[in-house]
Amino acid sequence: MKHLILARYGEVGLKGKNRRLFENQLIRRMEEALTGLPVSGISRTHGRLYVTMDGQLDEALKRLSYVFGLVAVSPAQSAALDLAEIKAAAVQAMIEAVAAGYSTFKVETRRPNKSFPLKSPEVSREVGAAVLQQVPGLMVDVHSPQVVLNIELREDQAYLYWRELPGPGGLPLGVSGRAVLLLSGGIDSPVAGWMAMSRGLEIVPVYFHSFPFTSDRAKEKVVDLCRVLAHYCTQVKLYVIPFTKIQTALREGGSEELQTIFLRRMMMRLAAKVAAKEGATALITGESLGQVASQTLPSLAATEEVVDLPVLRPLIALDKQEIIRRAKKLGTYEISIRPYADCCTVFVPRHPETHPDRAVVAQKEAGLVAPELITEAVAAAEILPITTDWEGS
Amino acid sequence: MVPEVYLDNSATTRVRPEVVQAMVVVMRENYGNPSSSYRRGQAAEQAVKKARCQVAHVFRAEPKEIYFTSGGTESNNWALLGAARARSRRGKHLVTTQVEHPSVLEVFRSLEEQGFTVTYLPVDEYGIIDKEALAASLTPETILVSTMYVNNEVGSIMPLADIARLLKHKAPQALWHVDAVQGFAKLPLFPHDLGIDLVSLSGHKIQGPKGIGALFIRQGLQIPPLILGGGQEKGLRSGTENVPGIVGLGLAAALLWEEREQAAAHMATMKRRLRERVLAEIPDAHANGPQDDTGAPHILSLSFPGVKGEVLLHALEDKGILVSTGSACSSHRAANSHVLTAMKLPPALVEGALRFSLSPDNTLEEIDYTVDCLQEIVPELRRIMALNR
Repeated sequence: MKHLILARYGEVGLKGKNRRLFENQLIRRMEEALTGLPVSGISRTHGRLYVTMDGQLDEALKRLSYVFGLVAVSPAQSAALDLAEIKAAAVQAMIEAVAAGYSTFKVETRRPNKSFPLKSPEVSREVGAAVLQQVPGLMVDVHSPQVVLNIELREDQAYLYWRELPGPGGLPLGVSGRAVLLLSGGIDSPVAGWMAMSRGLEIVPVYFHSFPFTSDRAKEKVVDLCRVLAHYCTQVKLYVIPFTKIQTALREGGSEELQTIFLRRMMMRLAAKVAAKEGATALITGESLGQVASQTLPSLAATEEVVDLPVLRPLIALDKQEIIRRAKKLGTYEISIRPYADCCTVFVPRHPETHPDRAVVAQKEAGLVAPELITEAVAAAEILPITTDWEGS
Repeated sequence: MVPEVYLDNSATTRVRPEVVQAMVVVMRENYGNPSSSYRRGQAAEQAVKKARCQVAHVFRAEPKEIYFTSGGTESNNWALLGAARARSRRGKHLVTTQVEHPSVLEVFRSLEEQGFTVTYLPVDEYGIIDKEALAASLTPETILVSTMYVNNEVGSIMPLADIARLLKHKAPQALWHVDAVQGFAKLPLFPHDLGIDLVSLSGHKIQGPKGIGALFIRQGLQIPPLILGGGQEKGLRSGTENVPGIVGLGLAAALLWEEREQAAAHMATMKRRLRERVLAEIPDAHANGPQDDTGAPHILSLSFPGVKGEVLLHALEDKGILVSTGSACSSHRAANSHVLTAMKLPPALVEGALRFSLSPDNTLEEIDYTVDCLQEIVPELRRIMALNR
């Protein structure tokens, strides 16, 4: 049996030539998300995309609800541009609505095809009357109906839909390029990654593994976080960078109060190397202003000065409660709170510097870590392709 | 590939091949439900009966005093909730120790919420219960006392004979439960000789399977069931019998009990070597819990101040050596050991503690390899962790 899905996308940023680019990328992302499902085609008409499926409608709807750029997806029905046909399709749709337990409805019609003989309110009235007559158990409620039956009269056909799943909105992945995400396993960085993705950025997560100071459970936690993010992009390529030697070299250099700053600077440098390899043009961190000592303005300045890529910090002005709320909604919170230390928390200085002087930092850091160590660490990175586990979601 | 040296036998053990074989036979051939009336069911019932005798034999108890459960946690829950409920009309006071397993402590916390008063007895620096505190805590209102046999983190053996005397004297009305999960079949424990009413045990600590345990309930004592249903185990523990698990537990108990003297001697030798070499060769290392050979032969807690136990654990893992910080159950939480804290160890010893727990399958070579690795790792980690301090 053929199924039709109507996918709607936001109109933000769709001016002129960009629109074509936007739509093409969105369609590509939808195709990726639907890989392995029986799709017979994706077509577009003015601000709408239609997916035709030969089955597995619910699975397709679920996967599309994770595609950035889409604001809503609905199972839809088509009918010839003929009032009798439209009424028949409407009755069919509302019988389903009653079966699903709904009891009040209204009809809303849009008529981009001005050659259709009746005007929108007339179509709504006519179709509503037919439904009332033929579908027992359904009443009209124009103010707060449980079900809104939408009818769109297009050039070729009429489309009807009444159910919808919200999409994540935002821009299709990739239209803004690619960035490296510094992923720690904590609450913040996955949320930062998701927010960056929602603006069309493809992400390449990087995790710093400091065995035995951090355990393999901590790494597993990051893999699980990536699996959640992969819902939104089918696959992520996680870089696990061995960090023990660098961390040890830093500790040997003294300056306890600057350890976290040193650590963050090293991470930035390593992430920038991965960015160069991956064609990424920005770094993303989960930093939020003032949350910890390494997230004061002087600290942020001292960490970002070692790279010449823009450092994006989507959470910079969000407070912790808001970040937690978003992490819970995203489904990463429960993973992030597993009690395994990451490499920043094993050696927390007793009195971390909150106002590091950049010149002093650079001077004290000089010579601590041999450049070969950095090159070696990137070369020895374990690269894990992580795909979505749709079954488990 | 580094060889695996498994020194975490108090977390769980590898199942003995003879036990696996016996369980396979039950699963593939003798797979009936003991409650079925045909012959295959009867054969399964016989297998369960045999296992019950094997467990009872270790306790010098009657088979009818053994009730199979899903493990130590269920046995502890059932014993404590059941005993408290059975005696709640006679008093509201309960006594236990600060160093019990979470499956005992959490039950007492829940009983506190239900209106009972609980005394948590302190221990000394060796992890041994304070007898004076016990004597002082007992009142005519005391209805239940629960003390473990062997502590799972430091291997201290509770003085059950002394406790028995005190209870007989000062609170003869109180029921007495012993969590013997870490001592069962390894060390002698005869509940009837001591007047113990309830004893918990588990299969997977004695090279038997997981998901099986038992509760000894002294004949004549009635406690209400925790799990209701088809009336198995004389109506006290419903649910189709886990026949493969029961057979595995029975056989593992019988085998270990038979070999206990050689097994204990072998483990004691390894434990002594581990302790003596570590104390002699690693500066500032500290043995927690009972000194000399007074503790259980299979558990040794060692502290390496200046190193976080968690970090040392993973560094040893890299060498193929598997140990734990505290108990496996508390490793999911980021908190420090409640046992070492109750023993009033200084924070550096609590943070740097590792538990080594042995099985008869371990060898002296493995112990020597472990000490060699510690000698290599500990100074290096100390150096890194201590920098700038």
